[in-house]
Amino acid sequence: MDVVWFVVLAAFIFCIGAAGVLTRRNPLVVLLCLELMLNAGNLALVAFSRMVGNREGQVFALIVMVVAACEVVIGLGLIVAMYRRRLAIDVDEMRELSG
Amino acid sequence: MTAGGWGWLVVAFPLVGCAVVSLAWRWLPGRSAGWIASGAVLGSFGSAIGALAQLQDRPAHERTVVSSLFDYFHTAGVNVDMGIQVDPLSVFMALVVSGVSFLIHVYSVAYMSSDRGYARYFAYLNYFVFSMLLLVMAGNFVLLIVGWAFVGAASYLLISFWYRRTTATRAGLKAFVMNVIGDVGMVVGAFLIFRETGFLDYQHVFAATDHAFAVNDGTLVAACILFLVGAFAKSAQLPLHTWLPDAMEGPTPVSALIHAATMVTAGVYLIARLHPLFEQAPAAGDVAAIVGCATLLFAATVALVVTDLKRVIAYSTMSQIGYMIMGVGSFAYTAGLFHLMTHAFFKALLFMGAGSVIGAMGGEQSLDKMRGFRRAMPFTFVTFTVGALALSAFPPMSGLFSKDAILAFQLDRGGLYAVLAIVGYIAAGITAFYAFRMVFRVFFGDPVEQAASLEAGELWHGEHFNPATGEAEDTDVGFPGPEHHIAERERPMRAAMAPLALLSIVGGIVFIPGVTDVLERFLEPAFEDSRLAGQQPSVGAEWAGLVLGGMLSVVGIVAAWRMYVYRPGITLRIRDRLPRVHDFLLHKWYFDELYDALVVRPALAFGRFGQTVVETAFVQGVVIGGATSVVRAGTELARAIQNGYLRTYALVLVIGLSGLGLYFLLQSS
Amino acid sequence: MLLEQILFFVAAAGAIGGALGVVLLRNPFFSVLALVAHLVALALLFLLLNAEFIAAAQLVVYAGAVMVLYVFVVAYIGGVEDPLGGTGLVGRLGPVFAGALLAELTIAVVGSGLDALNTRGADIPAGFGSPGAIGKLLLEKFLIPFEAASFLLLVAAVGAIVLARRRRGLEEADADDMPDRAGRAPIGYPGGRAGAGEGDDEGPPPGTAEGLGDPTPVREPVTPEPA
Repeated sequence: MDVVWFVVLAAFIFCIGAAGVLTRRNPLVVLLCLELMLNAGNLALVAFSRMVGNREGQVFALIVMVVAACEVVIGLGLIVAMYRRRLAIDVDEMRELSG
Repeated sequence: MTAGGWGWLVVAFPLVGCAVVSLAWRWLPGRSAGWIASGAVLGSFGSAIGALAQLQDRPAHERTVVSSLFDYFHTAGVNVDMGIQVDPLSVFMALVVSGVSFLIHVYSVAYMSSDRGYARYFAYLNYFVFSMLLLVMAGNFVLLIVGWAFVGAASYLLISFWYRRTTATRAGLKAFVMNVIGDVGMVVGAFLIFRETGFLDYQHVFAATDHAFAVNDGTLVAACILFLVGAFAKSAQLPLHTWLPDAMEGPTPVSALIHAATMVTAGVYLIARLHPLFEQAPAAGDVAAIVGCATLLFAATVALVVTDLKRVIAYSTMSQIGYMIMGVGSFAYTAGLFHLMTHAFFKALLFMGAGSVIGAMGGEQSLDKMRGFRRAMPFTFVTFTVGALALSAFPPMSGLFSKDAILAFQLDRGGLYAVLAIVGYIAAGITAFYAFRMVFRVFFGDPVEQAASLEAGELWHGEHFNPATGEAEDTDVGFPGPEHHIAERERPMRAAMAPLALLSIVGGIVFIPGVTDVLERFLEPAFEDSRLAGQQPSVGAEWAGLVLGGMLSVVGIVAAWRMYVYRPGITLRIRDRLPRVHDFLLHKWYFDELYDALVVRPALAFGRFGQTVVETAFVQGVVIGGATSVVRAGTELARAIQNGYLRTYALVLVIGLSGLGLYFLLQSS
Repeated sequence: MLLEQILFFVAAAGAIGGALGVVLLRNPFFSVLALVAHLVALALLFLLLNAEFIAAAQLVVYAGAVMVLYVFVVAYIGGVEDPLGGTGLVGRLGPVFAGALLAELTIAVVGSGLDALNTRGADIPAGFGSPGAIGKLLLEKFLIPFEAASFLLLVAAVGAIVLARRRRGLEEADADDMPDRAGRAPIGYPGGRAGAGEGDDEGPPPGTAEGLGDPTPVREPVTPEPA
């Protein structure tokens, strides 16, 4: 398979994830869509790494995975804290999280 | 010390006095602010005498000393120094100004002593003396105009000294605005002179006058007339005279100093100083003479009917300055300056006496309410009468010699000037009449209650009020103090009035025709380049004039005696018979109403137009409102993006990303 | 060759199907499961790209650990359904712009001048994506990112513990969470105090997670019955 197929697939998955972030209101699902976007990026990285013949893309993808894991951890911690406070689990209600 | 050094000291003393009083006033106990200020002016007087001595040591042709402290600016062809000119004219003026100012300061020490603004008063007064001395000692047009403007400012500050009185502040504004009109004339005139001759200091300008201008050259005449505008504004001549009677709102010593003896004489000094210019443009000199004559007649007629004591004296000042302007306009410099000196003496004396009377009246200034103070206030009576006699040119007072010096010179020149001189003689008779109108009305007749209580030993006290409008006042700062002072009870006041009385009597001694010519010889070096130098009426003609003048004054005094003492009530019947004449004179020939309609109302209407249309509608509405509403719309837009919704932010991100991608796509294709 | 293509299409279908499932399924639990399927498909795609280690890591770390976390949280919170298609302006414009983004990316990739994209890629040695090779890179060339990533993991772990800790112990799991700011102005409004309420002696130190959020409770507070 030509590399271009993988890259286009990655673009597709990325945009699906973006649409999900914009439309869903449950923060859990928003995080999941965010994961989608990250994975799409990983796919593109690995595909280009294969194209160039260099392993650096793969290492990059590995680090991205680590970062994604950290971000998920914090995000889920936030959602749990929100749930504990009896706050609405709705991204549109969370408007005053600044400061 | 050189003459130039003394000259600088003359100017420096009152400046230092003003600085000391204004900075240290909190720590100056009692009346010491007044004594410090008086001392400063005395120092000035002493320095003027020093300068005089230095000048007289020199031979007659070398009596003009120009001394410069530093270069003020030297740029683009304009060279101006911080320089003074010490010559007989400026020393004469400095002596008169500082001498009379000193006596008035001493008078004020007592007169203003219960006023809350005591130190402020003396600071202003010293500032005024400094400005006036700067004006007369200036050696170039720039310093002259600086001094001119300062004097106007000092006059404003002092007229509105009792600043909580609306009448006073309005009068101060009126004086200031008219003075500014004069200032504009001065500046434009100086500019014209500079443009044609290329110089701004007197020595160079006068040397260049004959080459730069033909006789009665248009530019020169225009410049001189502009200078005359300044002179008329400062000296309260027609048509810029309306501020002087209102300026009587200031304290009486201020009226004595500024509006009798010194500031209003600045116009006379100006014409005398710029005499080379005026002689090269005699048309302007004629304008000055005619205006002076018109003013003296006008003011004399109005002084016949006004009932406020200080205003009578104010119109008398206007009239006498008219004589002086007429004199220097006809190139009778020595005579005009002589009258300036004697007028300073007796007019200051008259104002001081009036201050004393007003103090006895508890602040009331109307002649209608005063009567019979002769026994209650003997000292004031004597000195006031001396002043009135000098004003009326009663022989052998100084006023006779000075006034007739002018008129004799004019008769000698003939033509237009003879006509003006005849008008001057007529007005001299009227002068004597109204001067003694004052004397007889105030001091003769049955004593009013204030005089009666004073005879009994009690200085009368009443409610404090504004003498012009009658409304009640308190005595805190900004209003006159609680106590009234009269000469009989205050030694400083008597110490000031006595020398003036003496000088009014014997002052004529410096210019008795055919006998002494002290003044003539002293001032001669300053005016030796005059075309009419050396032209003198014959001694016989002068004595004839003196006799005529003396007779006219006697006639006037006797007429006043008959109307006010012998058969009082005649004047009331005359007034009832000629109501329209009386009204015309009482309204000062309706000048104020004319100016109100011509100038004040259009200016106010313009201001109102500016406020409603330009300011409110245009600036506030369109410019500011437009700008703010644009900004507000922009911020509303920006605010809508920052609403806290996560999804909105994400949307903006995606939009931005797609926009960027589109851009790069387009760029690379 | 043919096998490769078939595998690619199968994996691609799985990936896209999983992605659509995440976005379109109502119940968040099903979304999680769809993502797991997606991750597995992605691992297959990695294998097709000779990135063996990455594929394994994807399965073990991502699908194994991270998704398990998700499952736990979804089980704890429960399913909150929200309407499909999104509400408001954002919900309608979102897919539009996402589609626009897709179009641009596709055009960019397909129309790019990169000839190498249309090949299978450069020649690679055997063991291209082997753990040994990746590990060597991690410890030599990419040591600092490696260490930084581990540091980041530590920070995230500490942060998660701080975020989710309880203050009063396990037995008051449900009762201790009365809204601290009942009846008072929300944080940031005038009269309100960010981070704590007046008279609250249990007030959290400012800056911690306890002070977050909008006070209106979604559920009725459960008050413990006096024992």
